[in-house]
Amino acid sequence: MEYLIGIQGPDFVLVAADNVAASSIIQMKHDYDKMFKLSEKILLLCVGEAGDTVQFAEYIQKNVQLYKMRNGYELSPTAAANFTRKNLADYLRSRTPYHVNLLLAGYDEAEGPGLFYMDYLSSLAKAPFAAHGYGAKRFILNLPSFTVRLIDKDGIHDMEKLTLSGEMARPMKATFYPAA
Amino acid sequence: MALEDLCHFRDIFQEDITTERFSMPFELKEAGLSFTNNRNLLHFYIPEVEYLDESPIQFGQINLMQSASAISSQESPSAFPLPTNLPFTSSQTVPLPFPMAHGTTTLAFMFQGGVLAAADTRSSCSGLVACPASQKILPIHSHLVGTTSGTSADCMLWKRILARELRLYQLRHSRRLSTRGAAKLLSHMLHPFKGTELCVAATLCGWDGGELEDECHDHEESAGTTKTQKPDLGMTVGPSQGSSFTPQDSSRKARLSGPRLFYVCSDGTRLEGMLFSVGSGSPYAYSILDQGVRWGLTVEEATSVAREAVYRATHRDAYSGNFVDVFHITSKGWTRRKREDLKEEYYREKERQRLERKTQHDILRANTSSRHKPS
Repeated sequence: MEYLIGIQGPDFVLVAADNVAASSIIQMKHDYDKMFKLSEKILLLCVGEAGDTVQFAEYIQKNVQLYKMRNGYELSPTAAANFTRKNLADYLRSRTPYHVNLLLAGYDEAEGPGLFYMDYLSSLAKAPFAAHGYGAKRFILNLPSFTVRLIDKDGIHDMEKLTLSGEMARPMKATFYPAA
Repeated sequence: MALEDLCHFRDIFQEDITTERFSMPFELKEAGLSFTNNRNLLHFYIPEVEYLDESPIQFGQINLMQSASAISSQESPSAFPLPTNLPFTSSQTVPLPFPMAHGTTTLAFMFQGGVLAAADTRSSCSGLVACPASQKILPIHSHLVGTTSGTSADCMLWKRILARELRLYQLRHSRRLSTRGAAKLLSHMLHPFKGTELCVAATLCGWDGGELEDECHDHEESAGTTKTQKPDLGMTVGPSQGSSFTPQDSSRKARLSGPRLFYVCSDGTRLEGMLFSVGSGSPYAYSILDQGVRWGLTVEEATSVAREAVYRATHRDAYSGNFVDVFHITSKGWTRRKREDLKEEYYREKERQRLERKTQHDILRANTSSRHKPS
């Protein structure tokens, strides 16, 4: 089961994704990154059907970068989320719909942090917290590690990789309880 | 394209569109998305969706007969040349535990001496061995080799198409396309066929070289034999070179060159990694590889691990067997080991076990008899 989670704070967004790339019963990779960097302060997390995820996410990624090259400034997270949703909707009733579930997390100077939940049926919702679990035909729950990233006004920060050992509590404490 | 002229696929497709669906061609032409203009380099026959809803070959599923009879009743209105004599699987009543996609065992891994690829040679077709000596590792160019899994015909065709495209790239840009680029190219070429019966699961094993090919090779070898853990490629070549390149430049080139391993599947998966095994025998091969593969293996050790993995997989998996092929890719290109018969390996192992038991038995007997001797 692939897993995504995102939490929006007062001036940051925290996102995490599992690291497994599985193919039926075999885990082919243990260190697979499911986050796609759209711009300096926007991350797209993508799970779903095997080829569709990378194909769709890279398509969105390149288009957002193209916008920046053409216009000189970056798309805001809201605009990027709506652009992504529009593409999903356009392909939904075509012969090649994309079966992908997405989380888009970003920080905007004017609007602040934003977390957007998107579905394979091209629904879009701005939410303070959101999660995705992909229901594959075979339930594989073996998630040894997660990639965690934080987006705030300074950009995207890699956080310590979470593993299922006792170290899990440390990075979370630093984020949510800075005074402690 | 030569392929279309040879097979006349496009002609049949156009006829069907005009007879069955009146609005389709107009929409297509208006949208400018007619299949002739879509991709100049790669336009292929893309089948209709309705044909794909009912797969004529349900491998191992119980309702095989029902689906086959349903399709034969729909045959008359459709103008598609549906296959009438389908090779039904013999085991129709037993469902498979998981989708038995590819009846083979192929594996590939990276280590300090390059990339090693190994595969069995059995081609199976609905329960019988169609060919016991097929070749599942196909060289694509001098520094790139691909293992094939899935439908043999699809794999062979797509490897040839990939080889053609890579050669064209090399002629146009006077440099070889990297393994990552080749994997991306193959993945994008297979994307239009997602959802169809096309079944290709390949690992591309290659060595990327640059202008610094020779110098990189020397440093890689000398560094590789001394280090036992995975070296940071950026550090081995960079500072010691000096001369006309800046350290950043040469370290970037060093990162770009070296062994590479990619897994590409027709469902769209494209993964980079250090170790892959594909096919129905892959769980058994993974168990041997996960315990035996390290970065610091010598070529002989790596070859023996690969052979052992394929042998174990063929021992247990019904769809793998016969011979084992081993390919080794270095900066100088690929080399192929002589094909080995696994039946002999099986008998050799039996002989070894027999001798071991015999020596153990002898030692035991010697011990007990010495204890009984008067002191």
